[in-house]
Amino acid sequence: MIIAEQKPLSELKTLLGSAQNVLVVGCGTCVTVCFAGGSREAAIVAASLRMASRLDGGPKEVRDVTVQRQCEWEYLDQIAEQVQDVDIILSLGCGIGVQAIAEHFPQRWVVPGLNTSFLGLPTEQGIWAERCAACGDCVLGLTGGICPIARCSKSLLNGPCGGSEGGHCEINPDVDCAWQLIYDRLSSMGKLDLLLELQPPKNWRTSRDGGPRKIIRQDLRLVAEEE
Amino acid sequence: MDTQASSNGYLVGSNLERMLRAGHFAVTAELGPPQNADGRVIREKAALLKGYCDAVNLTDNQTAIVRMSSISAGAIVVQEGLEPVIQMTCRDRNRLAIQSDLLGAYALGMRNLLCLTGDHQTFGNHPNSKNVFDIDSLQLVKMVTDMRDNCVFQCGEAFKGMEARFFVGAAAAPFAGPTEFRPYRLAKKVKAGANFIQTQLVYDVEAFAGYMEKVRELGVHKQTYILAGVGPLKSPGMARYMKNSVPGILVPDELIERMSAAGDPWAGKKADELSKEDKRARTQAWRDEGIRICIELIQKLRQVKGVSGVHIMAIEWEEAVKPIVEGAGLYPRPSVEAPTPAPASGGSV
Repeated sequence: MIIAEQKPLSELKTLLGSAQNVLVVGCGTCVTVCFAGGSREAAIVAASLRMASRLDGGPKEVRDVTVQRQCEWEYLDQIAEQVQDVDIILSLGCGIGVQAIAEHFPQRWVVPGLNTSFLGLPTEQGIWAERCAACGDCVLGLTGGICPIARCSKSLLNGPCGGSEGGHCEINPDVDCAWQLIYDRLSSMGKLDLLLELQPPKNWRTSRDGGPRKIIRQDLRLVAEEE
Repeated sequence: MDTQASSNGYLVGSNLERMLRAGHFAVTAELGPPQNADGRVIREKAALLKGYCDAVNLTDNQTAIVRMSSISAGAIVVQEGLEPVIQMTCRDRNRLAIQSDLLGAYALGMRNLLCLTGDHQTFGNHPNSKNVFDIDSLQLVKMVTDMRDNCVFQCGEAFKGMEARFFVGAAAAPFAGPTEFRPYRLAKKVKAGANFIQTQLVYDVEAFAGYMEKVRELGVHKQTYILAGVGPLKSPGMARYMKNSVPGILVPDELIERMSAAGDPWAGKKADELSKEDKRARTQAWRDEGIRICIELIQKLRQVKGVSGVHIMAIEWEEAVKPIVEGAGLYPRPSVEAPTPAPASGGSV
């Protein structure tokens, strides 16, 4: 899932500026699960902003609402009325949610309340870790289900580099060496021969390097493309 | 090792290749380019190394700190009559930039290349920069080997005219993790095309000999030339730092104790209790011991089967190379006549 973190209150205040009427919009999917932008967090952020604006001598009207998914039009339609009479929308969705709101409500100013961090999972309560870089050309079949693109600091395909020591990456002892993990896993599965193959340079075109990406599935489209 | 050699028997015919093929115990040394645009620094350092090594490595933004580029420093080294080994990392350039820079490096007279992954940028002076790592060091070795032997760019497109012919090197980190995979990764680099290997700094010869035993079992020492990395310690503090903070370097306690003992006459005194002369004398005593240790390491490494030479990394201390090479009995450097006809160029071999 998408993992995000809340921006600090001071930054939210700056983003809201002099706007009087604020709607905080939470999202019920990924950012709810990572405790960054669900209905609970939206209510807390709204209350904090009300309190802060009162203390700052310019009380704002701040309400909150949470939709099931900010990244789908049908869920945004549900808040069409609420957004009509606000000066500003503070989205607690990921970057996709913020942009969906801007695109769906072109007359309204929207600002982000979160920093969208990465694609990952909670490894334990309170800890989230990156797992996927969305490179568009999955190599997990070669590496025993451990991604060197997302989890090696250098995204090596023929690792590990000389910076691997005691299972850690040289950049930070808190970072596992992805290639040590890959080695250990392939070793335990009797598949070390996979590591002896020289992996050729990657085609990064399917990643961000190829420009903004889009998938078109003609089989799923409702309206046939015009001739 | 001769599969892609030209009619004169050499891949490239660089001095380094000639020395290794002739069976001489080779010596390479590192030259760190300055953090400014002063070419005199390169000339001065080159003068310290001239005659004491077979080729000089020019580092490529070492430890991710901006320095004069390896290729431009290499061009100055060529002018000074020494042979450069250009170091190229994958951190700062994508496959287009690497290939175009190497075409230029060949045109400027460079003949040896060391292919490296590159230190992560978070260690350097631009930790906020974007890293590249479009390809990794093994893919780099393969790419430059294909440019030399098959006249193709990485994309597979053939090119006409003169190819860039490099004697291709790669690095090895025998003590980095997972150590049991290291000999195999070396074999993989050689399979990708590495003609010579320069290793990370070796202080623990016993551990290195264990690694080399496995390398020999795999037959890798017969497919490439392995130069063991050595470097003089400057102080006990440096020795402890290497041991504790640099991944993939083992420093036996015995060497740390020897370095400390060299400073014994000034022991027990804080820095502010020592006169300028005392400090200078202590620094000198440490450095003398560091050079002695380095000489002994070279002599021991020379006995390890499969070691074809040493790579001396006297970081910001190029003056140390002369006494080390002399002390190790490796001076004067032998010479091997340049091949005739000149190595093939302007088409496939």
